[in-house]
Amino acid sequence: MKLKPGLPPARNLIIAVPWFWLALFFLLPFLFVLKISLSEPTLAQPPYMDLIREIEDGFVTLVINFSNYQLLLEDSLYLSALWGSLKVAGISTLFCLLIGYPMAYAIARSPVHWRLPLLMLIILPFWTSFLIRIYAWIGILKTNGLLNNLLMGMGLIDSPLEIMHTPIAVYIGVVYNYLPFVVLPLYATLIRLDLTLLEAAADLGCRPWKQFLLITLPLSMPGVLAGSMLVFIPVMGEFVIPDLLGGPNTLMLGKLMWTEFFSNKDWPLASSLAALLLVALILPFVLLRHFERRAEEAST
Amino acid sequence: MNRVRQFKPEEPWQAPEEEPIVRIENVTKRFGAFYAVDDISLHIHQGEFFSLLGSSGCGKTTLLRMLAGFETPTSGQIFIDGQDVTNIPPYERPVNMMFQSYALFPHMNVADNIAFGLKQEGMAKSERQDRVAELLSLVQIEQLAKRKPHQLSGGQRQRVALARSLAKHPKILLLDEPLGALDKKLREQTQFELVNIQERLGITFVVVTHDQEEAMTMSSRIALMHEGRIEQVDPPRRLYEFPSTRYAASFIGSVNLFDGYVVQQDDDQVLVQCDEADSLLQVRHSQPLVPGMAVTLALRPEKVRVLKDFDEEAPNQLRGQIKEIAYLGDVSIYHVQLPGGKWVQFTQPNVQALAEQPLTWDEEVTLGWSANSCGVLTE
Repeated sequence: MKLKPGLPPARNLIIAVPWFWLALFFLLPFLFVLKISLSEPTLAQPPYMDLIREIEDGFVTLVINFSNYQLLLEDSLYLSALWGSLKVAGISTLFCLLIGYPMAYAIARSPVHWRLPLLMLIILPFWTSFLIRIYAWIGILKTNGLLNNLLMGMGLIDSPLEIMHTPIAVYIGVVYNYLPFVVLPLYATLIRLDLTLLEAAADLGCRPWKQFLLITLPLSMPGVLAGSMLVFIPVMGEFVIPDLLGGPNTLMLGKLMWTEFFSNKDWPLASSLAALLLVALILPFVLLRHFERRAEEAST
Repeated sequence: MNRVRQFKPEEPWQAPEEEPIVRIENVTKRFGAFYAVDDISLHIHQGEFFSLLGSSGCGKTTLLRMLAGFETPTSGQIFIDGQDVTNIPPYERPVNMMFQSYALFPHMNVADNIAFGLKQEGMAKSERQDRVAELLSLVQIEQLAKRKPHQLSGGQRQRVALARSLAKHPKILLLDEPLGALDKKLREQTQFELVNIQERLGITFVVVTHDQEEAMTMSSRIALMHEGRIEQVDPPRRLYEFPSTRYAASFIGSVNLFDGYVVQQDDDQVLVQCDEADSLLQVRHSQPLVPGMAVTLALRPEKVRVLKDFDEEAPNQLRGQIKEIAYLGDVSIYHVQLPGGKWVQFTQPNVQALAEQPLTWDEEVTLGWSANSCGVLTE
C-alpha cells in the first residue's frame, strides 16, 4: 500500500507507526530466518556459516546454499509433515466452526443482559495459562484419567479408551484451545446482522431454516473467514499441543522444526522449514484475494 | 399542493354486504404494561389505498406488523380475504411488505432481490426472469438489474424494494413509511407514481405514515391513530373538513377551536354560545344535540373571511387585532387576538391580499364565516 501524496503529515506519521512496528518485529526477523535458511550448517556457535565470507586479501564471496530447500522437497518426511499440519489445521478449523457457530449465534440472539456474561464465559479460560490448560487435558484424557475413570465408574466401558497420544487428543486440545478465536469474530458479525433482513425473507415466503441458509449464513461469511484464519494459521505452526497430547506418529511442521532446531542443531534446515510454512500460509490468501478482486471487477 | 385524491365513484366501505379484504376484530397488542394497540377494529376493502396515520408511538407500525405476521395480537383476530390469519406465520400469509429501511439483501443483486420471493414459491427460472423483467419495467429500473444494493441511490433502492414486494402478487401490500427516506422533491414525485401503480395493479395498499400531507395525497381512506386507538376513519376530504375529535381536528392542518354550549337547534342549524366570540356561532350539524350541551367548534383558517362591517344581528363574527403575519409565498397566515385574549388564525391567498387593501399589523378586523364552514366536535 502506497501513501497518497499530499496527505497531511500527521496522518503519515500515524500510519508509519504500525508499518515501522511490522518492519522491525516481523519483516526483519523473517529476513534473518531467510538468511539462515540459505546458509550451510556448521559445528559452531551459532551453528551456521555466514553468507558473505572473506576469502583472502579483502576479497569477499557470497555463498548461497539451496540444499536445505532441496532436502525439504526430496525427503518425503517434510512434505508429509506439511500434509499433517494442513490436515490437523483444516479439520480443527472445521470442528471449531461447527461448534463455534451455534455458540456465537446463541449469544448474539440471547437477551441483551445475557450477552456480556456469556462472552465472558468464552474468554474466561484465557485467565489460566495455556500450558496449564493443556496439562489439564492430559489429566482428563490419560489411560487412568478423569474421563476413563468416569466412564468405567458408570459402567459404560470395560477397558479404558486410548485417547492420549493419538490424533484425537490433538484435535480435542486444538479445538478446545482455539474455539474462542472462532466464536468472537462470528459473534461480532452476527450481532451486526440487520434482523429486518430475516423479516423480509420471511415475508417473501422463507421458512426459518431457509432464512438462515439464504441470509444469515452468507452474510456471516466475513466472520467465518476471519475465525477460520485465526485458527488455521496458528494451528499450522502449532507445536505445544501436538507435542504434549499427540503421540510419536503425530507429524506436524511445528514439531519437526523444534526437533531440527533444538535436537539436531540444524538451524538452516529449521529456518527453511519456517520459510516453507510461511509460503504454505500466504499463498492461499494471496490467491483468494486475487480471485475476490477478479470477481468484484466482473460484477461492476 | 395538496391534491385530494379523486377516488373511484364507488366507495367500497359504504357497501356493508361486501366482505372486506382485511378485517381486524378487537385487536390488542400489549408489550408488558404498555398497550401499543388497544382494542382496534377496522375493515379495509379490496382496492383501497388505506393509510394508518399518526405520530410516532401511536401503534400504527405495530398494527401493520400484526398484518404482516411479525407480531401476534395479545387478543383479537385478524382476517385476510376471509381467512383467519391471527396465528399464521409471515411466510404463509398472502401479504407482502415494503420495509421502511427497504431491507434489500446486500449480497444479492437487484434482479435476485426481486426474484427472491418467486424462487421461494418454486417458480420456474424462465418464468421468473419474465416476471422480474416485468417488475423492473414497472418501476423503471431495467438498467439496474445487475447492480448490488450498495451501488444504488436511495430512490433506486426504494424502487427495488417496491418491485420485490409486488413480485408475488400479494393480496395486500403493506408499506411502512414508503417515502420516509426520500428527500422532499423525490417524495412528492414518488407519491403520484405509487398511486398510479396501485391503481394499475388494483392491489390493496395499507400504508403507515406520519406525514399527513402524504396520507392526504395518496389515500382512499385514512385511519388516524392516537395512543393505540383509532380516532377517526374517513376519506381525506372528510377527515379534513369534518374532524370528529379534537385530536383529529388539530392533527390534520391547523384549526381554531371554540368551546361553548348549545343554545338551540332548528333542523340542522345549531346555535352555539361561546364566551370568546362577539356573536352567537351558527353551524350545520345533522345529529341531534341537547340545548345546554358542551361542544367544541372547529374552524379551518382558510374558511375565515375578512368582513367590511360588524353586523349586530348576524352570527359567526369576531372582532380582533392582527398581531402577527407569516408570509408563505402563496398564502399568508394572520394571527388575530380577540379582546378576551384568545388567538384566532386565518389565511388569505396573497393574490387576494394584493388586489384589495393589504392587511397590516395592529389593524382592527372583523372576521366571519358561513355556517357550513365549522365542524362540531363532541369529544
